[in-house]
Amino acid sequence: MVFLLAITAGVLFAAAIYMILRRSLMKTLVGLLLLSYAINLLLFTSADLVPARPALVDADSLLPPAMYADPVPQAFILTAIVISFGLTAFAITLMRQVYNILGSDDLNEMRCTDVPCEEVEIASEEELLEEPL
Amino acid sequence: MIALPILLPLLFGALCLMAWQNPRWQKAFSLLGTAAQFGAAIWLLIRVQQNGIQHLQVGNWPAPFGIVLVVDLLSAIMVTVAAAVALVVAAYSQAAIDSPRVQYGYYPLFFFLLMGVNGAFITGDLFNLYVWFEVMLMSSFVMLALGGERPQIEGAIKYVILNLLSSTLFLSALGLLYNLAGTLNMADLALRLPGLETGNQITLIAMLFLVAFGIKSAIFPLFFWLPASYHTPPVTITALFSGLLTKVGVYALFRVFTLLFVQDTAYTHTILLIIAGFTMVTGVFGAAAQTDLRRLLSFHIISQIGYLLMGLGMFSQPALAASIYFMVHVILAKTSLFLVAGIVEKMEGSYNLKELGGIYSTRFGVALLFLLPALSLAGLPPLSGFFAKLALVVAGFDLHQYAIVAVGLGVSLMTLYSMTKIWNEAFWKEPKDPIRHAKHKPISSWLWASTAVLVFISLLAGLLAEPLLNLANQAAAQLADPSIYIQAVLGVAP
Amino acid sequence: MHRSILLSAAARYLMPLMLVFSVFLLIRGHNEVGGGFVGGLVATSALMLYAIALSPAALRKLLPVEPHLLVSAGLISALVSGLIPMLAGKPFMTGLWLKYPIPVIGKVGTPLLFDTGVYLVVIGVVTWILLTLAEE
Repeated sequence: MVFLLAITAGVLFAAAIYMILRRSLMKTLVGLLLLSYAINLLLFTSADLVPARPALVDADSLLPPAMYADPVPQAFILTAIVISFGLTAFAITLMRQVYNILGSDDLNEMRCTDVPCEEVEIASEEELLEEPL
Repeated sequence: MIALPILLPLLFGALCLMAWQNPRWQKAFSLLGTAAQFGAAIWLLIRVQQNGIQHLQVGNWPAPFGIVLVVDLLSAIMVTVAAAVALVVAAYSQAAIDSPRVQYGYYPLFFFLLMGVNGAFITGDLFNLYVWFEVMLMSSFVMLALGGERPQIEGAIKYVILNLLSSTLFLSALGLLYNLAGTLNMADLALRLPGLETGNQITLIAMLFLVAFGIKSAIFPLFFWLPASYHTPPVTITALFSGLLTKVGVYALFRVFTLLFVQDTAYTHTILLIIAGFTMVTGVFGAAAQTDLRRLLSFHIISQIGYLLMGLGMFSQPALAASIYFMVHVILAKTSLFLVAGIVEKMEGSYNLKELGGIYSTRFGVALLFLLPALSLAGLPPLSGFFAKLALVVAGFDLHQYAIVAVGLGVSLMTLYSMTKIWNEAFWKEPKDPIRHAKHKPISSWLWASTAVLVFISLLAGLLAEPLLNLANQAAAQLADPSIYIQAVLGVAP
Repeated sequence: MHRSILLSAAARYLMPLMLVFSVFLLIRGHNEVGGGFVGGLVATSALMLYAIALSPAALRKLLPVEPHLLVSAGLISALVSGLIPMLAGKPFMTGLWLKYPIPVIGKVGTPLLFDTGVYLVVIGVVTWILLTLAEE
């Protein structure tokens, strides 16, 4: 089981990094989402996996059963999910605004931070002809 | 009550939200809140200095099971300097932040950012540190994009993507560390890690932490988001970010590489030293190529981070003390420089060095406000930068680390060159357009007064170098001996 | 845009039901499945259903307070829930409970107050973001 989860996490990591390296912002966002899933899975495997033994104490006993799943990583994952929920909501809003302002979601066109915006327009059109998305 | 640095910003952030439609109230709250926070920080510093490390078990859950807040001297110093910067920036914001930005929630975000920063400084739990990082980042994301101008939005995209990446790396490092040690309480980790038979796994995790915090603190070669985004928002926000955000990353590096990952210092701390050298050099060379005042200063943030890492990499008590003093110095000097840049822009309408000129002849006061922190950054006596660099160099000679000392001194010279360039271009050169130059726009006294206060504090940090270095030395003594920290939090000797 | 009559008719009945369910989730949350975050999301989805079925403007009219006030109230109640134990001389955020359960609601204590804060913050923030997006 751990082996399977490890492989899955690895595949998710690879897919996420591939997507993050794309020029399109939407694909980058998908990459970031995949990355957060990969890490949640990694966190989940970080507790030794115990099948079908929740960390619950029976009503008439004081101690949990002898073998039980570690609940702490699950709390970590819950927190991480909530945080990535908020971050994703913000990232989508931001990307929408980028699209509204630039009319494009191509990262190569976002060069206003390095050169004055007027020069960006000309450079990016030439670039676009050379290499398609 | 050591949770005050978190609770006060939370309270005032909520109050500012309540006064959403009423900017006057928000402005008043911002001054009141940051002043209260500054008071609380000073009180905390005095208390920690007199009574040793303070800790609070949140929710009465004993450490290492619950979340614990720990304030040692380093935390207290950081909280105090951050509070001073926040107070000054709040005063500066009164006149510098335009009303649309206030209407879209500048002040609530400002307080939530402070809450995240303070939380990161005083938490004693690594997962909690992650949460505070996210609180801080979330507010900084929105602050950076606030206003929605094109360069801002583009800068925000770069900043957001790279910082999200760093957070996820941090989280995966936490997962691996928890798997290894079964705890994320820092004191408990420090207690257990030395006894684990783990081979190189712990070094691997240490390197993951280095990359995660390295992105946040903009070290070489992970700094590219900083010069691409820091110059895009209004200069007040840049000043706040430059004073606080990267320094939280450096603080986190200090915490984990003095308390947790000290098993293989010959490997990890040598890497830190090498990175420190490259960070200093690339930052200062990057700055030399810039003509935009804000971009130039942004590159200097990076080069100064190198000095902070240098002390950590040398890893002796005097070196750590020097770095802590350097941190105080650089936060004050850097923030003042950005605030002065803001005043220059308000007066002349540009950040471009080629278009600026002649400020010295007409506005001697502004020139003086620039000159003091600039020379301090370059390291001229009797300013704080001189003592900070002197302490680092002496510590380096003691450890026979001549190479890094040479790099540090060379970069110092380049910094002086860079500051002279700004001085020549913006302040001394004949104005390009004398007629337009003669018509100065009036500058609000909020901007003047707040910048002057910060420059004065920065000056004091130089004049009071000896007591401050003593304090830094006490803080470094706590860092150099993890058993003090463990004893304070868990009540057991390792 | 053409709006479905079925959806808008159903939304009027579903929304109050979902809001009640969200409060139920909030109250049982401490020891059972549920809690402020989930409850808040359910409540927000109820509000969003209304906004989709009718219009974002109709939802604005329906809300008694602005979303940011909800966020503010939520933060303050979470803060207060942490401060109450300090009045009793316990550390910050210690969970204090009333000795006897209140009928219908069950056990009441500072964690419930904290959860209510979370509930309000979640409703406030998510509604705020979605309304802003929908109104553009």
